Amino acid sequence: MADEKHPPESAADLNRRAFFVKLGLGSLSIAAAGTAVFAYQFLSPNVLYEPSPTINAGNPESYPVDSVTLDVNSGIYIIHAKEGFFSLSAVCTHLGCLTAWKPDLGIIACPCHGSRFQQNGQKIEGPAPKPLPWKRMWVNDDGDLMVDRSTDIRPLQFVRV
Amino acid sequence: MAKTVTQYFDDLRDTRVWRSIFRSGTGTSTLHRSLAIQQNVFLHLFSTKVRRRMVSVGATWYLGTLTLGTFLILVITGILLMLYYHPSVPQAYADAKDLQFVVSSGLFLRNLHRWSAHAMVFLVFAHMFKVFYRGAYRPPREFNWVIGVILLLITLLLSYTGYLLPWDQLAFWAITVGSNIASAVPLLGNRIHFLLLGGNSVNANALLRFYVLHCMILPLTAIFFIAIHFWRIRKDGGLYAHPSEPATLRARAAAVGKEAQ
Repeated sequence: MADEKHPPESAADLNRRAFFVKLGLGSLSIAAAGTAVFAYQFLSPNVLYEPSPTINAGNPESYPVDSVTLDVNSGIYIIHAKEGFFSLSAVCTHLGCLTAWKPDLGIIACPCHGSRFQQNGQKIEGPAPKPLPWKRMWVNDDGDLMVDRSTDIRPLQFVRV
Repeated sequence: MAKTVTQYFDDLRDTRVWRSIFRSGTGTSTLHRSLAIQQNVFLHLFSTKVRRRMVSVGATWYLGTLTLGTFLILVITGILLMLYYHPSVPQAYADAKDLQFVVSSGLFLRNLHRWSAHAMVFLVFAHMFKVFYRGAYRPPREFNWVIGVILLLITLLLSYTGYLLPWDQLAFWAITVGSNIASAVPLLGNRIHFLLLGGNSVNANALLRFYVLHCMILPLTAIFFIAIHFWRIRKDGGLYAHPSEPATLRARAAAVGKEAQ
């Protein structure tokens, strides 16, 4: 009988092979996922040697009324309006270029792609999707103006000295 | 009778050392010439036989070969520039200026690297236009077109990463703008931006990452895909010939023949 010479492989054998194939592929998948997590964590620095987000902008009296002062290194404006002091981000909300105050036009303009903003950060025109954000500002114990660049606040919150 | 140069060369090819390196040995039979191609690690990527008209200038304008030429120039000049360039914030700009004004032939090498980079981008596009308008991208060569698109992207990324390395104002703002474009990707944008720069702004980590990408990761990836690209030419039936071209060539040959009479 042919069946006696070549018995069909038992279901148990097939299952064992399939089991080990699945075990192997499963282990490889877990290892691949682990490698991806490892790579992501390795590529994300845990400690950054970047400048502090908090800026000491100095004595309020050094900013005359109706003045807009750009701090190039920290990328913020210190603005002394009639209502009081406030700080605007000087980084364009389009693609991150440093904007500039145009005293003769009374506007903030971006040199890269032509976005224009009002003195209070409102967008006038250009590709920028959002107004320039207001940054948290306060006066410290020494009477110096402080700005936290990492914290946006709602507009029109003036600091009066 | 004095030996000719060819005979000296044949003697050289018959020596034991030569035969240990190049297995095909002497002889000019079709078999020997095929073996000379097949048994060389570089040449075996290419077809052993090619039709004469397919290696004529008109068939391809040699645009792919010229692209490879600029790539080789970029690898050689780039390695030489690496000997004087430190990818660190205090030194990068000064090193670029030193290469221009202090290092012997530094200006020549830096300019050769820059102009070859421009030429390579131009040649890649020209090569792709030529392939496209001849219809050489069609089956069975469609996968090699995909490899070509990957090589185009690698070429552009090499240009982009190299742009930061002089560490001047142009470089800084170009990479600021470019990396902010990456953060426009939905959901993952800010993470990509952070991983690309190794921080929140273009700074020391960004310079080092772009340097490693520019000098190691991207060139090695490019070489990997270039090898596949060449090998696929052979596997997809050799250099492409448009079906109408033999007739065109015969007509042109006949016209030349008439002028000669």
